[in-house]
Amino acid sequence: METLNLLAAGPELILAAGAIILLMFGVFTKGESAAVTTLWLAVGVLVLAGIFAYAQTGDTEYAFGGVFVSDGVSRFANVFMFFGSAVVLILSRDYMIRAKSMLFEFPVLVLFAVLGMAMMVSSADLISLYVGLELQSLSLYVLAAFRRDSTRSTEAGLKYFVLGALSSGLLLYGSSFVYGYAGSTEFVAIAERLKDGDAGVGFLIGLALVIAGLAFKISAAPFHMWTPDVYEGAPTPITAFFATAPKVAASVLLVRVLYGAFGEVADHWWQIIWFLSAASMLVGGVAAIGQTDIKRLMAYSSIGHMGFAMLGLAAGTAKGAESVLIYLAIYLVMNIGVFAFILSMRRDGVHVTKIDDLAGLWKADGLSTFCLGVLMFSLAGIPPLAGFWAKFYVFQAAVDAGLIWLLIVAVAGTVISCFYYLRIVKIMVFDDPADAFDGPMLIENRLTLFGSAVLVFIFVVGGLGVPEMAAEAASVFAK
Amino acid sequence: MVSAIVLMPLLGCLLAGLFAKSLGERMAQLIPTGLLIASAILSWIVFANGNTADPEIVTWFTWFSSGGLEVVWSLRVDTLTRVMLVVVTSVSALVHVYSMGYMEHDPSKPRFFSYLSLFTFAMLMLVTSDNFVQMFFGWEGVGVASYLLIGFWHHKDSANEAAMKAFIVNRVGDFGFALGIFGIFAVFGSLSFDTVFEALPEMAGSTFMFLGWEMDILNTLGMLLFIGAMGKSAQFLLHTWLPDAMEGPTPVSALIHAATMVTAGVFLVCRMSPLYELADGASTFITYIGAFTAFFAATVGLVQNDIKRIVAYSTCSQLGYMFFAAGVGAYEAAMFHLFTHAFFKALLFLGCGSVIHALHDEQDIRKMGGMWSIIPLTYLLMVVGTMALTGVPPFAGYFSKDMVIEAAHSAHTNAGLFAFWVGVIVAMMTAFYSWRLIFLVFHGERNNTPEVYKAAHESPKIMLIPMGILFIGSILAGIFFNYIFIGDGAHDFWGNSIAGGQHIIHEAHHSPTWVKKAPFFAMLIGSGMALWIYIARPGMADKIRESAGVAYDFLLNKWYMDELYNWIFVKPAMWVGRFFWMKGDGATIDGAINGLSMGVIPTLTGFYGRLQSGYVFHYALAMIGGVALIIAVASTGGH
Repeated sequence: METLNLLAAGPELILAAGAIILLMFGVFTKGESAAVTTLWLAVGVLVLAGIFAYAQTGDTEYAFGGVFVSDGVSRFANVFMFFGSAVVLILSRDYMIRAKSMLFEFPVLVLFAVLGMAMMVSSADLISLYVGLELQSLSLYVLAAFRRDSTRSTEAGLKYFVLGALSSGLLLYGSSFVYGYAGSTEFVAIAERLKDGDAGVGFLIGLALVIAGLAFKISAAPFHMWTPDVYEGAPTPITAFFATAPKVAASVLLVRVLYGAFGEVADHWWQIIWFLSAASMLVGGVAAIGQTDIKRLMAYSSIGHMGFAMLGLAAGTAKGAESVLIYLAIYLVMNIGVFAFILSMRRDGVHVTKIDDLAGLWKADGLSTFCLGVLMFSLAGIPPLAGFWAKFYVFQAAVDAGLIWLLIVAVAGTVISCFYYLRIVKIMVFDDPADAFDGPMLIENRLTLFGSAVLVFIFVVGGLGVPEMAAEAASVFAK
Repeated sequence: MVSAIVLMPLLGCLLAGLFAKSLGERMAQLIPTGLLIASAILSWIVFANGNTADPEIVTWFTWFSSGGLEVVWSLRVDTLTRVMLVVVTSVSALVHVYSMGYMEHDPSKPRFFSYLSLFTFAMLMLVTSDNFVQMFFGWEGVGVASYLLIGFWHHKDSANEAAMKAFIVNRVGDFGFALGIFGIFAVFGSLSFDTVFEALPEMAGSTFMFLGWEMDILNTLGMLLFIGAMGKSAQFLLHTWLPDAMEGPTPVSALIHAATMVTAGVFLVCRMSPLYELADGASTFITYIGAFTAFFAATVGLVQNDIKRIVAYSTCSQLGYMFFAAGVGAYEAAMFHLFTHAFFKALLFLGCGSVIHALHDEQDIRKMGGMWSIIPLTYLLMVVGTMALTGVPPFAGYFSKDMVIEAAHSAHTNAGLFAFWVGVIVAMMTAFYSWRLIFLVFHGERNNTPEVYKAAHESPKIMLIPMGILFIGSILAGIFFNYIFIGDGAHDFWGNSIAGGQHIIHEAHHSPTWVKKAPFFAMLIGSGMALWIYIARPGMADKIRESAGVAYDFLLNKWYMDELYNWIFVKPAMWVGRFFWMKGDGATIDGAINGLSMGVIPTLTGFYGRLQSGYVFHYALAMIGGVALIIAVASTGGH
């Protein structure tokens, strides 16, 4: 354990080196075209890291003296985060140029954020957890405020920062309680210590505070209130980024902390997760109904979906962890597809985000309507689309764990959320057409939208290997 | 070869049903018909080459295997199956040919032929099955196909209602049948005929708990299976669908109600003869129900005015004969009557179709009369069919019906004796109503407008030829086959396919002379009365009707069975349904959903909207509140 073992942290090292080199590249070049080059290079770095992560196999390996772990879970999360972020970067290019915000800092910040996420999912120690989390968060604060000329963007960045700082405080405070009880910050050591005796109140407070800090990152109710404001205010590509990779990172981190460090006291934390999950599903469903802006709608949608993901977590079993991983992978694919479309909603050169702008899209662009409709049905969880299977796996884990009341809440949440997903389809297909969007859709957006719709469609045929990968990854939690 | 017999109708069904457009209307009729004729020819070859040794089993593949239950698609070919194969495919092939003429003016001929072939396929699956599950598949397939065929003219409300009635009434019977199958699996742990039949003797006399009662196993199972048979074969209490089913096209009536679907119940009882031989209680019940149905249906048939309904009630009555024959243990006689009945009843139905066709869809016999000179060939065919039905020697019905009645007498039980006397009386009534139909339709005054008579015409050859074949069958089936079915050749012919050892049949051959003559004289009396009332003394029928009053209405309204069921079952069911629809679904469920979705949820959404104020300190407060809450939750946990 006391070795550096750099190879285990290969993907993270690629990202770190890439980010630093691109930062230097950006400093010594000028102009928009150089920034675009930086963006493509960042995409290249992400793809390279993704391939490295995908190629990593074998047993669990520790690096940096045991604070960093590379196992099935981190590799699974890395692959999806890296490729997902790469796609988001590609989709951002056109928007950022139009918004005159195409600066080289943008791809570099994204790289640093992704590096933070990779550290989070690989952390095996409370300190490395915090470092990874802060690296990610600080990059995201800046990204949210990236359009300095836009008051809403800066407002979003500031709000996110203030509340994020509060949550980081909670997390650190909780970590100190845990350290005080366990005498170590390493997950393995904490788990070892918890085996010996009953946890005291002090430890439980620490546990609750750590969960609260992480719940903020995955925007679980009642720590979710920043989400709609930030999603709405931030530039749309950044919103797309927020809605995808960081959610995966924070959820996987939560899985890792709860299963790895606190696995012995599952009968304490499952109730907290139960509560967060139920609250998120209901808030995500109820609050989204009143929204008129599709970015805010997607914010509440993500809150609801995190609630469903935590449904599998509340089960507290290896199967629960597996279902969470599958859920996150499917969620990522669906969201990227939806944002690929939102990014191309422009009318007379101005980016629009009202739901009513979608009215009658069916007549103007049948294929896009169809793809977006498929994604909406999938988000709602209609069989046989992937979104249904995502829910199916977490529900099954919850059924096996006997969480009947939480399941009832989940079903109610699903029914409520169906309303607003289907409403979008209804508006697109049946309402009188609004003015057409600026056409034609960019090829990368079109391909992404179409690709994710196809993936969602064909998931039913064997699941594309994702369930098997997730099962293998989650096997590290099997007792 | 048997596989080909069974599968060719399915092929015909699929081709006519799915590829009608590309095949063209003409080919969509010719292909299923041709396939069925081929199937019928093969059936006769199988019949002629049949051996009486152990049944020949043709295994297709395993359907499913779950725990101790393994169900295999396989065909069981023994004498019983061979007889049914011949009956089903022959009548079906003739009906197919006949339909090409009868349905000439119908716009959806391919659909009709597809349904006909589907029905035939289902019936063949039923009679060739080697286990209960496959039999149930065929059984239900027959139910579905009959529903489609009866409701073929779906633009007619009455046809839709009749189709639904047939389906629902059959559901009651099928429920019993399904329970019987479950029971058999529960008791024997297998659903294969051979396994069950071998294990039967061990179970004789033992009991099990059923519905909280201690019941004899075999009697209970026999009763449950017979309830299924009652539904399909329209026995008393479950008979109401059969007359209404005459709403379907006439060829359908000939196929379903003469030779195939309604005989499924008789076939089931004969197939289960090893069981019924050991279940006296169930057999006695079958005898009584069969005899009573024969009597009931004949009385109703006396006064009906719809030409097809008369024949339908006659079918119902003849099925009663078959059942009480099976009930007293003379399964061979039941099967023989089934065999001959298929010929002459199909002939009568097709004859009715020919009359209806000639008169442009007129079915009321009071609006007919004097038709013999207009459609002489049909007249000839129907007279022969009637003679076969009433049991005039040497036509087909004479041999089989007399055997059934004698067998009932030879059983020397109360039930058998009851069935014997009912059989004799019903033979008289059968003769009466059959000749009444002939006299009212073909003789007497012409009771319709001259235009109708002028337009009336003999049916085309394509309709007459199938009838001609059935005509030959009606004349010769009895003479030809009585030796092997019920005569000295019976033992070799049936082999092991029917249990019981034919002692009833042997005894019946040695019945007293008066027993042998009774049905014949009953037939003469009945025919004489019909001749006297409808030919010799025209107008007498009206006088009798007026003086009979209440009794006449009672019979005309079919003993008010439909009204009774309507009152006991249909009305309460409608009431309950309406209650759950209006109050349960409408007020409670819709109300709750509407209230939630239009009242509660939007209120919550609005409330939430105010919480989401946009102020950071509100958000921070919510977070701190949340932390307090989850700390509280965490500290209460731990168990």
